[in-house]
Amino acid sequence: MEHQTFGGEVTFAHAAPTDDAKKRIFKTTVILSLITIVELALGFWIYKMHEGGTPNPTLILFLKGVIIILSLAKAFYIVSIFMHLGDEIRNLIMTIVVPLMLFVWFIAAFLYDGHSWKNLRHEYRPKDPVKYEKVEGPAHGAELK
Amino acid sequence: MAQAAAANTKWWGGGKSPFNVEYGKLMMWYFLMSDAFTFGAFLISYGTVRMSSPSWPDPNHVFNAVPFFSGVHMPLVFVSFMTFVLIVSSVTMVLAVHEGHKGNKQGVIKYLFWTIVFGLIFLGSQAWEWTHLHHEGAWWGHNPFPNADGTVATTNFTNFFFTITGFHGFHVFSGVVINLIALLMTQNGVFERRGHYLMIEKVGLYWHFVDLVWVFVFLFFYLV
Repeated sequence: MEHQTFGGEVTFAHAAPTDDAKKRIFKTTVILSLITIVELALGFWIYKMHEGGTPNPTLILFLKGVIIILSLAKAFYIVSIFMHLGDEIRNLIMTIVVPLMLFVWFIAAFLYDGHSWKNLRHEYRPKDPVKYEKVEGPAHGAELK
Repeated sequence: MAQAAAANTKWWGGGKSPFNVEYGKLMMWYFLMSDAFTFGAFLISYGTVRMSSPSWPDPNHVFNAVPFFSGVHMPLVFVSFMTFVLIVSSVTMVLAVHEGHKGNKQGVIKYLFWTIVFGLIFLGSQAWEWTHLHHEGAWWGHNPFPNADGTVATTNFTNFFFTITGFHGFHVFSGVVINLIALLMTQNGVFERRGHYLMIEKVGLYWHFVDLVWVFVFLFFYLV
């Protein structure tokens, strides 16, 4: 079974060891770090707005949307550059990416369902919800009951 | 080994891998795809339950502790540290794969070693955070944290947090073990004798996936 041997079966056009590869790794590292820093800055901004009274819910939702999109960009860079999926041939990429399309339905359907539950709960909730009271006592080293 | 495929190569004509990768690497990709659905199912169920709740605990008031700064309110600080540790470990892993392409045994050993070190730092950080939360009274079935609107929260918050970060932490742990085995095999010259370092690529895929999942755990538990 000569064609089953490793050497003849796989070619390595995409994995040539050049300095370009190292440069690309460095560039991706910088991009990932910068995106993370921006995400943290936005997260901290949201936190600060919550501290200073009642924030604009539309702005909060918008910022959270931006953070989610930035995370998707991070995911793209990790998969495409670090995992070298972008260097594989198209058919291989498609067998990975096309099944993942299921997530579109998965997320939309389930979050819609959750939203529907929230509306039902809102309709039947008790008129005066139980307020939280902090239990006094030694926090550290205390046994869980 | 390094010959390039011609532009009009007949991939499906036999005698060649149609995807131009070896069997093990292809199967690693398919395993990771299925694992992505497992984590996706976890995170989506978390999103659904959170969506259905009238209110939810504010992560900035739950995850606000940093080691050596007891009692100081510092949201996002410690988890940022953990995130950067994983990013750096991903970079050292890709550098190990890069050295493997060049067939540089010492380079692979060096970068695999650092990947393992950063993986252990991440695991230690997570252990610290879990211990801290447990001391505050949080565990599966116990949630001491109130909702953002001041009402009593259900245990959904802690149940999802410990289940999902635990499942991710278990992946990190197995990743460290796999990296350690790969390091020992490299050191013993197994891949050198084999003539290629493709095993490092497969190990690397798994490790990057762990980093990838953390991007979303970090996003949905700490940031939004």
